[in-house]
Amino acid sequence: MRELMLDATVENIMFVTEFVDEQLEQYGCSVKAQMQINIAIDELFGNIAHYAYQPEIGPVTVRVEVTKEPLAVIITFIDKGVPYDPLQTADPNIALSAEEREFGGLGIYMVKKSMDEVTYEYREGKNILTIKKKM
Amino acid sequence: MTIEKILDGKKMTLLLEGRLDTTTAPQLEADLKTDLNGVEELLMDFEKLEYLSSAGLRVLLSAQKTMNKQGKMVICHVNETIRDVFEVTGFSEILTIE
Repeated sequence: MRELMLDATVENIMFVTEFVDEQLEQYGCSVKAQMQINIAIDELFGNIAHYAYQPEIGPVTVRVEVTKEPLAVIITFIDKGVPYDPLQTADPNIALSAEEREFGGLGIYMVKKSMDEVTYEYREGKNILTIKKKM
Repeated sequence: MTIEKILDGKKMTLLLEGRLDTTTAPQLEADLKTDLNGVEELLMDFEKLEYLSSAGLRVLLSAQKTMNKQGKMVICHVNETIRDVFEVTGFSEILTIE
């Protein structure tokens, strides 16, 4: 298990991506799964950067674990910002035209569709959001 | 992400390279805001684009709406990851992908 602690800012998304990629590459993660994980990091860490501590800046811990049989990565995002369960967001209506489209929930919807598991809990003042993806 | 622009009369081609995500989408959004004036055909070439997130989708939707009013927009050379994103989000029905 490895952990990275950094400020919840949009500028830091790239450091989280690098940190995770380094470990995925060690385990020979497929390119497709890696891209999907990168997208999930952008959505989830981006959300935390935009909303968790606004207008202040606060810390996020990113934890990466790898399980074998099946080979999978588990990434946990932990922040102490306002309690927010993204899994409660309603799925967007993806059948609407360009003019009618609304954007709420599109990012988390993509994460739910591309990851094998997404879980959320609020414990001891912390938002704990976990994704799991087979490599 | 880098954006290369080729303007040929009323046709504009954008070659996108890298990742269209939370960090880089504002750059494309700002470019499109000023550059689409008078453009009747917009071609976005994704050959060197690795992936996009919902922040990128937002900018593509906005460009599509603008081009619906003044001409057409086509996206080409879409890789499998991006094609999946378009499918899952229903964007394959909104965008013209060649």
